[in-house]
Amino acid sequence: MKILVVDDEADVQPLFIQRFRKEIRSGEFDFAFSLSGEDALEYLEKNHSEVVLILSDINMPGMTGIELLSRIRHTYEKPPPVVMMITAYGDEENRRQAMQNGANEFLTKPLDFTLLKEKLKTFVE
Amino acid sequence: MRLKTFLLNLIKGKRILEHGVQIHTEEVVQQGDSLESQLNEFEKTRNELEIAKKQLIQLEKMASLGELTAGIAHEIQNPLNFVNNFSEVNAELIDEMQQEIDKGNFEEAKAIACAIKENQQKINQHGKRADSIVKNMLLHSRDNSSEMQPTDINALADEYLRLSYHGLRAKDKTFNSAMMTNLDSNLPKVNVIPQDFGRVLLNLFNNAFYAVHQKQKTADANYKPEVSVTTSLENGQIIIMVKDNGSGIPENIKDKIMQPFFTTKPTGEGTGLGLSLSYDMVVKGHGGNIDIKTKEGEYTQFIITIPI
Repeated sequence: MKILVVDDEADVQPLFIQRFRKEIRSGEFDFAFSLSGEDALEYLEKNHSEVVLILSDINMPGMTGIELLSRIRHTYEKPPPVVMMITAYGDEENRRQAMQNGANEFLTKPLDFTLLKEKLKTFVE
Repeated sequence: MRLKTFLLNLIKGKRILEHGVQIHTEEVVQQGDSLESQLNEFEKTRNELEIAKKQLIQLEKMASLGELTAGIAHEIQNPLNFVNNFSEVNAELIDEMQQEIDKGNFEEAKAIACAIKENQQKINQHGKRADSIVKNMLLHSRDNSSEMQPTDINALADEYLRLSYHGLRAKDKTFNSAMMTNLDSNLPKVNVIPQDFGRVLLNLFNNAFYAVHQKQKTADANYKPEVSVTTSLENGQIIIMVKDNGSGIPENIKDKIMQPFFTTKPTGEGTGLGLSLSYDMVVKGHGGNIDIKTKEGEYTQFIITIPI
């Protein structure tokens, strides 16, 4: 299963690769990374049929995660990819905006990877 | 008889004279008293003004600190995310390494050791990042004047750009902007008072983001707000340019923006002291200079030069 991770923090990439090293090794998950919402849309344009799930940060310079989410919801209807938002601001307003724009999940930083793995597995099933 | 009249007149004249002198002396004493009280009054007013000035500077510091707080929360969560997660990964990796050693797979164990070391560096790097943010926040709120110290201007510019951006984002969800850094990696460390200089940069970034946000409210959907910071070394001087593609500064107020209390923001939103204090800190505090290039409706660029 291909997962696209969108975050402007570059170290998110080695972190995910390490955290999911077993799942990557077994072929259960395959990760792609984008450093901005704009990059993510470009990636999706070329590879959208492969990407099953998107994990996106909200506060990014340029296009925000919420804008990215809304673009994804308007552009890719079939099959709709699962989109989970990850943010350092866990406030109600952020959560409400994410859910209103069609997010499947709303997770906060520091990210709990045990919780994330559980969520990912429920969406896979 | 003539002599008597003469004597009487003389005595009268003497009295008048004495009286006159007395009146004159009293007047001089009175005038002296009022001068002294005026001087005291003046001294008192000057002291009051001095106290008011210090309070205003502190107010401006606290105002910009308030703008920082939300940015700080975000900027600390991010490094903490890495510190927590990479250290947990390392604990798992050490278990795995021991298992590999038990099985005699030393090559695999070595590979895991390398990964642990890399993660350890990430933990250290992000721990320091959080540390520097907290330290700067504390420096920012302190009232004491501090000493010049060799400072990495690039790191300072990058950090305050992010703090400014995340601070504004946290306050206003409709705000957004791209931010670009063009930092000359060959820049030497330069002697500045880091918290003062940080405050100058913060003011310029806050203004820049404010300007693009103002323009965004009226511009069409194609408008892409952008704030950039560029550093370079030219003729023995460090040049820091903060540029935004926002609303620009109208020609008729261009000369006023460095004046204390001048603000274009609605009442209660700006102290009008940001740029005037920045000007003082750069010019008087660091022997540098601030130049402005702007075109109304298109861009504003602040150029700071400081001698090394």
